[in-house]
Amino acid sequence: MSDINTIIKPENLTYKRTEVLSDNDLSYCPGCGHGTVHKLIAEVIEEMDIQDTTIGIAPVGCSVLAYNYLEIDWQQAAHGRAPALATAVKRLMPEKNVFSYQGDGDLAAIGTAETIHACNRGENIVMIFINNGIYGMTGGQMAPTTLPGMPASTCPAGRDVSHDGEPIKISEILAQLPGTCYVTRQSVHTAANVRKTKKALRKAFENQKANKGTSLVEVVSNCNSGWKMTPVKSNEWMEENMFPYYPLGDIKNK
Amino acid sequence: MAKAKGAIVVDKARCKGCGVCTTACPTKVIELAAEVNGKGYHYAYMANPDACIGCSNCGIICPDTCITVYRAKAGATA
Repeated sequence: MSDINTIIKPENLTYKRTEVLSDNDLSYCPGCGHGTVHKLIAEVIEEMDIQDTTIGIAPVGCSVLAYNYLEIDWQQAAHGRAPALATAVKRLMPEKNVFSYQGDGDLAAIGTAETIHACNRGENIVMIFINNGIYGMTGGQMAPTTLPGMPASTCPAGRDVSHDGEPIKISEILAQLPGTCYVTRQSVHTAANVRKTKKALRKAFENQKANKGTSLVEVVSNCNSGWKMTPVKSNEWMEENMFPYYPLGDIKNK
Repeated sequence: MAKAKGAIVVDKARCKGCGVCTTACPTKVIELAAEVNGKGYHYAYMANPDACIGCSNCGIICPDTCITVYRAKAGATA
């Protein structure tokens, strides 16, 4: 029999909370992918030793409060305008590492123009895009990314594509623009996927250091409150329903 | 040869009882407690500590980053 107290010793420590994360409790619902992605960004910043030189741009949405959770400099943009603000910050301070953090309502609906033009100009920034197929913060309304037939508070019978159109695959659209150097779609619902997402984020920040252009990391995520499921069930639902429409993997890597 | 032995420490007060760690654990070490923490959540705990291999899956997947993982070198514990 092993006594766990013989294992819990400093020399055996293999995983601990990074100090780039603040001590504040996250405001997100239990099991929300936002927390996992925040942690990965914090770990990448720690590993690259760029905490002093990183500026995040928070969006409107659940993650509007992201500036409370990472111990870096932040700006918070008007709805959808994070890529425009990131452009300004990066152009004024090109030595800084700048990233925007946005949801699908922010990046793919209200900020479509800012998103497309920042990518088309090839702004040397990292864009992190959390796609949960719904407007999470405001009560689960239909977003451009809502799946066909998927219920939302504004389409309780499910999205009707004859009326609302097909969901937009914004990452595939952005990958066609010459300004983007790296476009990938990942998830954080299993440990293996979390590790892959961290590698993708690292690559995106390395691209910025190498002045390669815009890197977009999409993370297909859950919204268990908006989808009205338990966190574990929402991850299963995501695997069955979201991934066939939003397949994981690199879309562009140059 | 014994497997590497591990152990986790859950920050009970921070845990929201989402249960994602219970599905990420390959050896089914973690369960949600019958009791609740100060926020009213059934926090995660090591229900089956002998099975822990210290793989860190629970730690890296935890959205609230409230799990610390320790892993003893193989053979270091009897």
